[in-house]
Amino acid sequence: MSEPVKNFKGILATLDRANVDTDQIIPKQFLKSIKRTGFGESLFFDWRYDEAGKDNPEFELNAERFKGASILITRNNFGCGSSREHAVWAVDQYGFRAIVAPSQGEGENKIQAFADIFKNNCAKNSIITIELTEAEVEEIFQMVGRYEGLEATVDLEEQRLILHLPEEMAFHFDIDPAVKKNIIHGLDDIGLTLQKETDIEAFELKHNTQIAPSNVS
Amino acid sequence: MAKTLFEKIWEQHVVTTLEDGTSIMYIDRHLIHEVTSPQAFEGLRLTGRKVRRPELTFATMDHNVPTDDRYNIKDPISKAQIEALTDNCKEFGIQLFDLNSDKQGVVHIIGPELGITMPGTTIVCGDSHTSTHGAFGTFAMGIGTSEVEHVLATQCLPQKKPKTFKVEFAGIPKAPVSAKDLILKFIGVVGTAGGTGYVLEYCGEAIRALSMEERMTICNMSIEAGARGGLIAPDETTIDYIVKNDRPYAPKGEELEKAIEYWKSLPSDPGATYDREITIDVTNLSPQVTWGTSPGMVMDVTGTIPNVDEVPGYSPKDVQHTLDYMGLTPGTPLTDIKVDTVFIGSCTNGRIEDLRIAAKYFKGKKVAEGVHALIVPGSQQVKKQATEEGLDKIFVEAGCDWRESGCSMCLAMNPDQLKPGERAASTSNRNFEGRQGKGGRTHLVSPQMAAAAAVEGHFVDIRTWEED
Repeated sequence: MSEPVKNFKGILATLDRANVDTDQIIPKQFLKSIKRTGFGESLFFDWRYDEAGKDNPEFELNAERFKGASILITRNNFGCGSSREHAVWAVDQYGFRAIVAPSQGEGENKIQAFADIFKNNCAKNSIITIELTEAEVEEIFQMVGRYEGLEATVDLEEQRLILHLPEEMAFHFDIDPAVKKNIIHGLDDIGLTLQKETDIEAFELKHNTQIAPSNVS
Repeated sequence: MAKTLFEKIWEQHVVTTLEDGTSIMYIDRHLIHEVTSPQAFEGLRLTGRKVRRPELTFATMDHNVPTDDRYNIKDPISKAQIEALTDNCKEFGIQLFDLNSDKQGVVHIIGPELGITMPGTTIVCGDSHTSTHGAFGTFAMGIGTSEVEHVLATQCLPQKKPKTFKVEFAGIPKAPVSAKDLILKFIGVVGTAGGTGYVLEYCGEAIRALSMEERMTICNMSIEAGARGGLIAPDETTIDYIVKNDRPYAPKGEELEKAIEYWKSLPSDPGATYDREITIDVTNLSPQVTWGTSPGMVMDVTGTIPNVDEVPGYSPKDVQHTLDYMGLTPGTPLTDIKVDTVFIGSCTNGRIEDLRIAAKYFKGKKVAEGVHALIVPGSQQVKKQATEEGLDKIFVEAGCDWRESGCSMCLAMNPDQLKPGERAASTSNRNFEGRQGKGGRTHLVSPQMAAAAAVEGHFVDIRTWEED
């Protein structure tokens, strides 16, 4: 269960790479913890630190201008690979509260902005995944490049990302209504499923988990 | 109305559908391991919740166990994680196959082996390669730790019905081209996000001709195409795998008869429609090798390293980054690439058939000078079988390093890791940066290709490789 989130304002930071996988977001040596905390310092570990363990100046997110950023702008298929929720805990504990990425193309050839399991894990941790078009994300990359310390507001209720430029720029985004509701109200989704316990019990009476059939005669 | 295999399983498992379109899906089997479960159990303790159906959850330890001296875990944090799983299983009444068990192994190897994986059921596990179990016509998917907690507490998961994607392999490839080559080819064609939002159904002549273990290799890598799951319709091969072997958790007697009747009803009906379809002709398929840091960066063994602007679906900037990381120059033939390490194992290719075929390539040969060939059986049962067949001797005589079961160098959470700059031919599933060790360079291949690379010290086209 998380704190309710309706909207928030924060600094934008860019990571100009596609297909960023969860092994990059948090390498395996940090998966040995039995706790849910302490992952923020390990976010993008292999890219972020040099051999001596100091900040790698080449890595985009280490730039002074991105310090304290809470909205990450990146490229498509972010979070692919392993199901490790540690990746989302790392994103969260680093301070990001929303990730913006583009989908590419249309119809059956559409490439999604986010990998499936990662996106699910984000929803469970109230990290807002915002999928925009390629052109829109490109425009945001340009604006972040041009205006140092650029801030934006994520308005979850209105499903809008608003860039605070001299002339405000806003982008509408879609979100699963169930996810939106859970995040806005900070709902405990295990509790929500347990509200259906009568249905679950009735289902279990007719469902044999060994041989499945529950609805066939 | 004609239904697909997936739709039939889905309908059997929807407890109820909410107004917003979310369905509560019932989970028949829940597999857990040491890495992604401790925080879920902690969540249960904090909220005072119980495990709803402890008899439907099965646990093992695989991700960070050492494969040499397995009872002497030197890393205290790994040890703490193993101990946490033991304690949690005891506290919540969950069956655990621990390091002392002859049933221990990689979670996706032991599920099918023990008869925990059954056609037409739903299986989840806090591990993305849960898709492996789809080989039985099972809706199996990887989940995060919050969802692990959700399943422990409710035996259900809220789900939006995914779309369906029919993947047909036309024609039958010629040996030694294998299941691994089929799936790598598919990922190369659709890309690593090509399956996102879909459940795949693999079909066609080439699939029907595969053994269960080969089908598991195919379904295992569905997640590498981004898919929520990958299924293969059950047939006689599936039924034989279950019935003709000792599968302790499989249904027996009258229950088995009912189950078989159900399994036979599962294949997609003629005329069933899918949200997306693709046909790939594999008659003349070549052995596949990945050259980059994404499973979609794959080519025929006869290929050469591409130029930065020659890779569809990847920006020149990202390809340049990949080539720098991999230490490769455009124009280099794949067969000129030397390897330092060969890893044969994992939930993708760590089963007995994989070891048998690898042994065929190693028999009477020696691992090339300077190459470390690591052979890690997927489970204790696989290890036992391999030993009974004398495969272990062939490996050892060839100079391979024959180990205990576990995930090992597939994700390198245990001490089996590449050093920076080392290059591996690996039968695992991911070639991401640092996946097999920080700075390590991974090329994904079949067990046949891996074994031949170990012997020659570089990649070879096994179709023309001299066997003597």
